Amino acid sequence: MTLSWLFDPAHWSGTDGIPVRLLQHLRYTLVAALAATAVAVPLGLFVGHTGRGGVLVVGGSNAMRALPTLGLVTFLFLVLGSGEVSALVALTVLAVPPVLAGTYAGIQDTDAGVVDAARGMGMTGWQRLWRVELPNALPLLLGGVRNAVLQVVATTAVAAYVGLGGLGRFLLDGLRAFDYPKMVAGAVLVAALAMVLDLLLALLQRAVVPRGLRLAARGRGRGPARVVERGRTEVAADAAMREGTE
Amino acid sequence: MLDDLSRYLGSESTRQLIVDQLVQHVELALLPLVVGVALAIPLGWLAQRHPLLRTSLLGVANVVYTVPSLAFFVVIPGVIGTQILAPVNVIAALSVYTAALLVRPVVDALDAVPGHVIAAATAMGYRPLRRFLAVELPLAVPVLTAGVRVASVSNISLASVGALLGIGGLGALFTSGFQTSYLPPIIVGIVLVLALALVVDLVLVGLRRLLTPWARAGGAR
Amino acid sequence: MIEFRAVTKRFDDGTVAVDNLDLSVAAGTITVFVGPSGCGKTTSLRMVNRMVEPSSGTILVDGVDVRGVNPAQLRRGIGYVIQQAGLFPHRTVLDNVATVPLLSGWTRRRARARAAELLELVGLPAELGARYPVQLSGGQQQRVGVARALAADPPVLLMDEPFSAVDPVVREGLQDELLRLQAELDKTIVFVTHDIDEAVKVGERVAVFRQGGRLVQYAGPDELLARPADDFVSSFVGRDRGYRRLSFVDGGGIEPAEVPTTRETALATAERAPDAWTLVLDEEDRPRGWLPPRSGPAEEAPGGGVRPGGSLYTRGTPLRGALDAALSSPSGLGVVVDEDGRYAGAVSAEEVLAAIRRRRDEAGAGAGGAA
Ligand SMILES: Nc1ncnc2c1ncn2[C@@H]1O[C@H](COP(=O)(O)OP(=O)(O)OP(=O)(O)O)[C@@H](O)[C@H]1O
Ligand SMILES: [Mg+2]
Repeated sequence: MTLSWLFDPAHWSGTDGIPVRLLQHLRYTLVAALAATAVAVPLGLFVGHTGRGGVLVVGGSNAMRALPTLGLVTFLFLVLGSGEVSALVALTVLAVPPVLAGTYAGIQDTDAGVVDAARGMGMTGWQRLWRVELPNALPLLLGGVRNAVLQVVATTAVAAYVGLGGLGRFLLDGLRAFDYPKMVAGAVLVAALAMVLDLLLALLQRAVVPRGLRLAARGRGRGPARVVERGRTEVAADAAMREGTE
Repeated sequence: MLDDLSRYLGSESTRQLIVDQLVQHVELALLPLVVGVALAIPLGWLAQRHPLLRTSLLGVANVVYTVPSLAFFVVIPGVIGTQILAPVNVIAALSVYTAALLVRPVVDALDAVPGHVIAAATAMGYRPLRRFLAVELPLAVPVLTAGVRVASVSNISLASVGALLGIGGLGALFTSGFQTSYLPPIIVGIVLVLALALVVDLVLVGLRRLLTPWARAGGAR
Repeated sequence: MIEFRAVTKRFDDGTVAVDNLDLSVAAGTITVFVGPSGCGKTTSLRMVNRMVEPSSGTILVDGVDVRGVNPAQLRRGIGYVIQQAGLFPHRTVLDNVATVPLLSGWTRRRARARAAELLELVGLPAELGARYPVQLSGGQQQRVGVARALAADPPVLLMDEPFSAVDPVVREGLQDELLRLQAELDKTIVFVTHDIDEAVKVGERVAVFRQGGRLVQYAGPDELLARPADDFVSSFVGRDRGYRRLSFVDGGGIEPAEVPTTRETALATAERAPDAWTLVLDEEDRPRGWLPPRSGPAEEAPGGGVRPGGSLYTRGTPLRGALDAALSSPSGLGVVVDEDGRYAGAVSAEEVLAAIRRRRDEAGAGAGGAA
């Protein structure tokens, strides 16, 4: 049923066709993820490197994780007015905490002895950040970006409720019209998009993580998985974040 | 704004409605937490023992975790044969998320139990099951609670998405507020979700302290 | 008694860890397994409590084939102490020690009372019972490990490098403690180490293993050092084994001689012995130091010239102590005391060496190879 809906050529064209909706979904995701990264990475690097404002950032970011997506989306639509801008603000706000957590945790995770040695070799603060802390933070940082992307893909689907485009439209329009094949097709498409994006980011993550770090992670018995697998990254980042607040 | 809020909350029936929705939200979000933990522990135990299961279980968990919540709520009935709009869909989906999130921490925590501690327990005559319950599981509690805290925040936030499918909880405040272009219910809903997340988190921290007096003794984390 | 009968262990990957081992450990003794790393000591030990199953052969504990006993049941009757102590980090020291009694169905109260007794037995203050393992020093953790292994009063104790993770000074203390405990408890102990000094110190019998899990010599420590079975054993026990032997050769062969003594710490030069050192004793006849002979150097030191006296040698203890006493004394004479620490005579280094020579000749006369 769902399959025949998916393969019906009529659903592959027009402004409500799968390609258009897919591109919309991708665009929202890209814009929100980039905006969140642009905000969260410098902030996370600053806080992680200097240790200043850690409690504030960590506390604020933890509270933001608990924000209900649907609540935020509807709130911003009523306050900022309907339109893409409100939706993009909501998506960005929700994508910031994972990236911030990942960046901060990655910097914190850097072996204190290594940082000390770097200082001893005469590296300036910038050099340490750039050449030592950032490469070390990359696995967790990218883990955060992966989480943020998943968050945005999911929230974009939810935001179809307030009229945003994207693949969520099929799902909610199908629901309203009791057109279950359409609804399930929407769900399948959203899930597929999330998986594909996640896979791509996983490959990217694997490619950019310095080889030495991968080997070291294996040597420490944590397994190479640490670098790429999420459950662990998420909990590790979260634990590192919370340590600051407790 | 504040006037609006106090007018909204002034009505007895509204307050009653909000309490009902809060209660339902707690059920939608926390029942899965319990089910998820109950699933993740045996799954993690299996995965830790069998290399093949480890790769496959962790792989599945990873994929499950990528599925957006709304999509998951909608697909679940097709998988377990429930009604499309039944609350049990949300509970089932969030349980699966929780379990997927927790399997890896459980496996990691079990991996981290020092071999000599296990050897000592075996040498003292612990049988495997009892050893797991008395030695390995307690040592896994700190990592496990870290995972449960992440899962609880995420569940409490995600449960409100169920409102899009007409499944109650605090999410219903968002949909009704949006439909009537009326902010107060949305604000009340957001505040209650945040407060609930905070309270549950504090309870979990307290629980962990209670269960792991040894972790505070210094050194061991 | 523990008997290994033609025991072989071949791991799945083909490694032969133990090769056709025949050995019996007498009840109530400490038997040491010693040998280089990877020679199968741990494997042999762990086959006794079935942590490892032999590929062939039989192991009997007190005449009972261990294969016939349920492993969990068997292990509750065999104490096991390992290098890192293996304490449960999530349980208090007291509850760690109470583990096996609790497993065996004792009430919590009784098990804790027993645990408290054991802490005292291994020389730990009762207050430590409420702490967690991370709050103890390495040496204390090892003691808790021993207490825990002894909790159910098992007749057999397996100890796998129990003291090798602590520093040498603490290790010696723990070894002395083990010997004291054993004098009291009379367990059948198998003790694994790769430190030959430790082996000859604590072992009544020592089994030397070599790579590939082969037993090369099984003998008392004295015989092992006097007559190593082959080049492997002699290189393993090392070049300085003559000196090492002194650690456990008892001092029966030496005759302490009388020396001039006094109770005065400030004898006028004229009253001292002309050519001999004078030993100063307190009211209880315990040595306090030496006064130089009249012909010797003038009293430059305060306290009337009494020189601190070096180490003391207690009669009946190993000869190494006598040699140490003689070499560390300003007079060249080691002071011999009785069990109460009272003066009993003095010996020179030459006399100690002569005694050693006599002992070696006796041992040599009684020919014989490895057990
Ligand atoms: N589970 C196993 N699988 C395969 N080989 C093993 C296993 N356990 C031990 N071995 C091998 O058996 C041999 C004996 O090991 P064992 O642990 O008994 O040595 P050991 O004498 O206790 O050494 P050490 O002094 O280093 O503790 C070694 O070569 C070791 O690599
Ligand atoms: Mg060993």
